[in-house]
Amino acid sequence: MKKYILDLTVAENIRLHANYVLLKLTQAAPLPEMLPGQFAEVRVDDSPTTFLRRPISINYVDRELNEVWFLIQLVGDGTRKLATLQKGNTVNVILPLGNGFSIPEPSDKKILLIGGGVGTAPMLYLGKELFKKGYKPVFLLGARSKSDLLLLEWFKSFGEVFVTTEDGSMGEKGYVTQHTLLRENQFGMIYACGPKPMMVAVAKYAKEKDISCEVSLENTMACGIGACLCCVEKTNEGHVCVCKEGPVFNIKKLLWQV
Amino acid sequence: MASLNVNIGKLAMSNPVMTASGTFGYGLEFQDFIDLTKIGGIIVKGTTLLPREGNPYPRMAETPMGMLNAVGLQNKGVHYFVEHIYPQIKDIQTNMIVNVSGSQVEDYAETAGIINELENIPAIELNISCPNVKQGGMAFGVSAHGAAEVVSAVRKVYDKTLIVKLSPNVTDITEIARAAEASGADSVSLINTLLGMAIDAEKRKPILSTVTGGMSGAAVKPVALRMVWQVAKAVKIPVIGLGGIMNWKDAVEFLLAGATAVQIGTANFIDPTVTVKVADGINAYLERHGYSSVNDIIGALEV
Repeated sequence: MKKYILDLTVAENIRLHANYVLLKLTQAAPLPEMLPGQFAEVRVDDSPTTFLRRPISINYVDRELNEVWFLIQLVGDGTRKLATLQKGNTVNVILPLGNGFSIPEPSDKKILLIGGGVGTAPMLYLGKELFKKGYKPVFLLGARSKSDLLLLEWFKSFGEVFVTTEDGSMGEKGYVTQHTLLRENQFGMIYACGPKPMMVAVAKYAKEKDISCEVSLENTMACGIGACLCCVEKTNEGHVCVCKEGPVFNIKKLLWQV
Repeated sequence: MASLNVNIGKLAMSNPVMTASGTFGYGLEFQDFIDLTKIGGIIVKGTTLLPREGNPYPRMAETPMGMLNAVGLQNKGVHYFVEHIYPQIKDIQTNMIVNVSGSQVEDYAETAGIINELENIPAIELNISCPNVKQGGMAFGVSAHGAAEVVSAVRKVYDKTLIVKLSPNVTDITEIARAAEASGADSVSLINTLLGMAIDAEKRKPILSTVTGGMSGAAVKPVALRMVWQVAKAVKIPVIGLGGIMNWKDAVEFLLAGATAVQIGTANFIDPTVTVKVADGINAYLERHGYSSVNDIIGALEV
């Protein structure tokens, strides 16, 4: 897929929570094609301690409003700077980068989408695309606490939503992989994005149950286009760039001990 | 339009802007963003005789105005390059240059000899300065004797333009540059990355799997500029300057300090179109100051 460097305009920047913003970007021309699971490298201007772009996954694409959404967790100076952007400001992005999740042909397969923390972000756009294919995806979203579960109404518009929180303030208490949903259902496909221990636990579950499973990795990156070889993951084909060969991988390719 | 043509040994370039090895892949990764033929020379990823897996992840740490990397020369080896990559890049209408690395003299010579046979590779850059591999690499670049040994061995089997990339992690870089020149190098390029380190205080652990790594980016420019200035005065062969060049102004500073050409590295990660912008910016600078050729400003620093 052709990659573009674009100066996009902030349509909205919503503070969802003390540590998260939802940044909606647009431009006059139609936005390029983007797939669920792909990401953008966002340039952070006027932040002296931020040298590199920030890789951020595509949260949602609204074709009617011609918007691309980024759910941004405020981790360091770069993301905090992005949180201060105002409507009308310009943001330079490179997109779409990497490979998206595979979208299966319509079938009666039960599909589970698991997101943990900011890893819920790409699951919204993936859910929408699966919904368009005729699937009724099931979302299982995990967070520390109720206030960290974001955009739930949006998820509900594409499928059934189950949640876990570490403090039990919403849904089942514990981690996503402990949810009763996993014991009571046989899924045909699982997609996951979140902290690595969560994805490893999901991969283990999928392997035991012999369910096809794709995970999205977020190894530390510099270039985002496969030039610097910094973000590598060890696979059955040796070290590969997460930015170019991923960020989505079928767990069969990874050398995780599951 | 001023003339931007420069020569490095037998290598004729349409402008003095090159890409630094390891920051531009094989050029193909940037085709969506720029016309590669507008770059004076593209130095592709470091290539070794045998395939190398590189260092374990994590390999990168962002630092103030820069970054550390510890890639460790991951590449599929020169035979893979010849069979699979060369056919994809040989028709790109600019100078496609291969960076050659190794852990012993014989490896460098054998790799260079293989690349000597590739018609559309007019030059190699000998990497005697990689800080990220345990044996060799930088070992040759930190002594005049080591540099002379590897450059002489390669010169015997390589008859096109031979550029030698120098390490800044030495007491006196001019001594190494002179040794490279005396051993037959057509040009020296400098600086490779500065050896650095980053720590995660919360975890009480190094950020890089290798503990130390090579520092690059805007932060290293003053060091690079100083070394280029020193080396340009010490040798007669053309010097290629690199280290922290982010824009045309930085590039002009290197040319004034005595560099005949420049390489752009880490800046490609932030702006994949930076090379073309730098070439255009140098031209605008020359026109604004009434110079007809870029050669008029090489080493024109008034001290």
